[in-house]
Amino acid sequence: MSSSDTPPSLYAAREPVFPRRVSGFFRSLKWWIMAFTLGIYYLTPWIRWDRGPEMPDQAVLVDLASRRFFFFWIEIWPHEFYFVAGLLIMAGLGLFLFTSALGRVWCGYACPQTVWTDLFILVERWIEGDRNARVRLWNAKWSLHKARLRITKWIVWALIGLATGGAWVFYFTDAPTLLVNLVQGTAHPIAYSTMFILTATTFFFGGIAREQVCIYACPWPRIQAAMMDEDTITIGYRDWRGEPRGKLRKGETGPAQGDCIDCMACVNVCPMGIDIRNGQQMECITCGLCIDACDDMMAKIGKPRGLVDYLALKDEVDERAHRKHAPIMKHIFRPRTILYTALWSVIGFALVFALFIRPEIDMTVAPVRNPTYIVQSDGTVRNVYDVRLRNKQGEPRPFGLSLNIGTNLSIHVEGVDGTLVIVPADEMKQVRVYVDAPKGSPESTTDRSPFTFWVTDLNNQDRASVGTIFNGRTN
Amino acid sequence: MSKKPEKKEVGTTGHSWDGIEELNNPLPRWWVWIFYITIVWGIWYTIAYPAWPLLKGATEGYLGYSTRAEVAADIAAVDAKNADLVGRLEAADLNALSGDAELYQFAINGGRAVFAANCSQCHGSGAAGAKGYPNLLDNDWLWGGMIEDIAFTVTNGIRNEHSPDARWTEMPAFGELLSKEEIAAVVEHVRAISGQEADAALAAAGETVYLDNCAACHGDVGEGLRDMGAPTLNDAIWLYGGDVATLTETVTNARFGVMPAWSDAYHPAGGLSAAEINAVAAYVHQLGGGE
Repeated sequence: MSSSDTPPSLYAAREPVFPRRVSGFFRSLKWWIMAFTLGIYYLTPWIRWDRGPEMPDQAVLVDLASRRFFFFWIEIWPHEFYFVAGLLIMAGLGLFLFTSALGRVWCGYACPQTVWTDLFILVERWIEGDRNARVRLWNAKWSLHKARLRITKWIVWALIGLATGGAWVFYFTDAPTLLVNLVQGTAHPIAYSTMFILTATTFFFGGIAREQVCIYACPWPRIQAAMMDEDTITIGYRDWRGEPRGKLRKGETGPAQGDCIDCMACVNVCPMGIDIRNGQQMECITCGLCIDACDDMMAKIGKPRGLVDYLALKDEVDERAHRKHAPIMKHIFRPRTILYTALWSVIGFALVFALFIRPEIDMTVAPVRNPTYIVQSDGTVRNVYDVRLRNKQGEPRPFGLSLNIGTNLSIHVEGVDGTLVIVPADEMKQVRVYVDAPKGSPESTTDRSPFTFWVTDLNNQDRASVGTIFNGRTN
Repeated sequence: MSKKPEKKEVGTTGHSWDGIEELNNPLPRWWVWIFYITIVWGIWYTIAYPAWPLLKGATEGYLGYSTRAEVAADIAAVDAKNADLVGRLEAADLNALSGDAELYQFAINGGRAVFAANCSQCHGSGAAGAKGYPNLLDNDWLWGGMIEDIAFTVTNGIRNEHSPDARWTEMPAFGELLSKEEIAAVVEHVRAISGQEADAALAAAGETVYLDNCAACHGDVGEGLRDMGAPTLNDAIWLYGGDVATLTETVTNARFGVMPAWSDAYHPAGGLSAAEINAVAAYVHQLGGGE
């Protein structure tokens, strides 16, 4: 048993992190990815896509009211939700693949938490200055100057948050109409409340909570360890090259001193506020900014780059033994990543295949089993079926229902003289269909007789069929 | 990989398993505050909303919120929204109802609910009926299958004491009027005209008995008579059964099927309004057998 004498504090205050500006390859890469991902997020709802006069012309639209998902030329109905499920599985497997190959590359470059935090830090730097100025401002007493900078920053953050929440609601209804309604104050309260909540969460997560979300709130950092092994590329510090570290003084560089000059550049730029020289740790999102910072410093003191670098655990063993470590591709292509890629591709191909063989006519037949059959006064035995016809096109379509040939059964539709059903554009229509077996026919006295419903689009003669069962009278 | 040095030494909880100790790391400040806020919220919630159980019921809550009142308000809102349709349905010409697509759909949907709540106990949830309770899905109607006939039957019922307009006829119990042999013969005759297996000699003898006693209501060839509610005997549908034993019992003791008058004119507490009766008539009419 060991416990401290004084009871420990119940809480730990956040230690503020003031990441310094850095430039380099990975920083540029992050800027480009930020511009690309934010561009997709903010601009997608504004892309138009012509689907005909009765259909929405927004390229990407989650139409909750009429239960449709539009994605450019693809339209997903609720019964095709497996496409969405498949995409989610692909997203999961893709995450596994990238994590096992490149470590927390999602966290470092593409996670919305990282991207928005990066954007918020950028704003902070524009308004309050770089690291040293921000530390000074943090420690300064409240003054008019501090208040002006803080309030300006908060306003810009809130505007970014507002744009984030605004873009979100545009995905759910026609964006230009909604924008006009939002400005006029006539939009649905749910649009306003959603925007308010997303503005508040963006402000809080990007401006205040930042790295704490990754450390305390997100489950993903803890799960990722299960996907990483000694071939996974993570960020490492070559301590066999850098240690013993020490300040660089002219003419005092002893032969025993390592390359690390303890300039703290890698620590100062870290958005997670950690020291990468302590080794790989839970907080590290492998964003690569410390590599940029260290490479910059190594260039200035005339040492080779890569004291802090993307490394696999295996590389450390090789380098310590003065062997050449395996090329990065050797790390990436290994059974585990190949398996993830294969699974990912199989699901992807299956989804694309399913998308292409989707029928233009969609019919489902539900036999009414309450009761299983009805006897008419002339001895005819009747079965009833609920038939759903889906019209996935942008104009009304006339459908004719019929049965397979070679059967004694006859068919008619409730409320209609014949078997013609007109289904409005982009809608599902359910009709009750009566199928009669004349008295004395085999179907009328057989327990189960299979037969087939055919539906024909009378405009273009497209056909589809569904098999079902006729229940005769056996007593 | 080197271990991250602790800035401040953290105590342990004293728990140790195989030498692995549980560190007593403090929680982040914001987490602790949220924890405190939830406690305050919880207390406020029990004051504002119904919460604490008492011997009878529970505390009502400062805000006076009640799910029951909310449901009542929702129902009132729906009723107000449907008031126009209900008014139109009440005054509708039933024969022309299917021409008004909106009203017709409203009637069928409402009729489905009325049927499930009031009619399905006897006629079955699928309206297939049971012995003595007519099947409403077929094309055989005792009193008429036009939508107005159905509405009249629902309004006034059959053979009841409540409505003076109830459909009312009564089959005599022929056990007191005919001999056992005559009843056996007429049963065979009825089986013969309905296309079932029958003793030809007995059936021929039964024809005279039938024409003398039954044809007045059931017709010369068993075609039935709607004005009398007399079932058609020469078809495949039987309300009580077409086998010899059931037919013999029917002829001997007669049948007396009763249906309540559903109009709220006769049952002010639990009856159906005119609009509800029109709705359920429209629903039953479109189940497949309507005329």
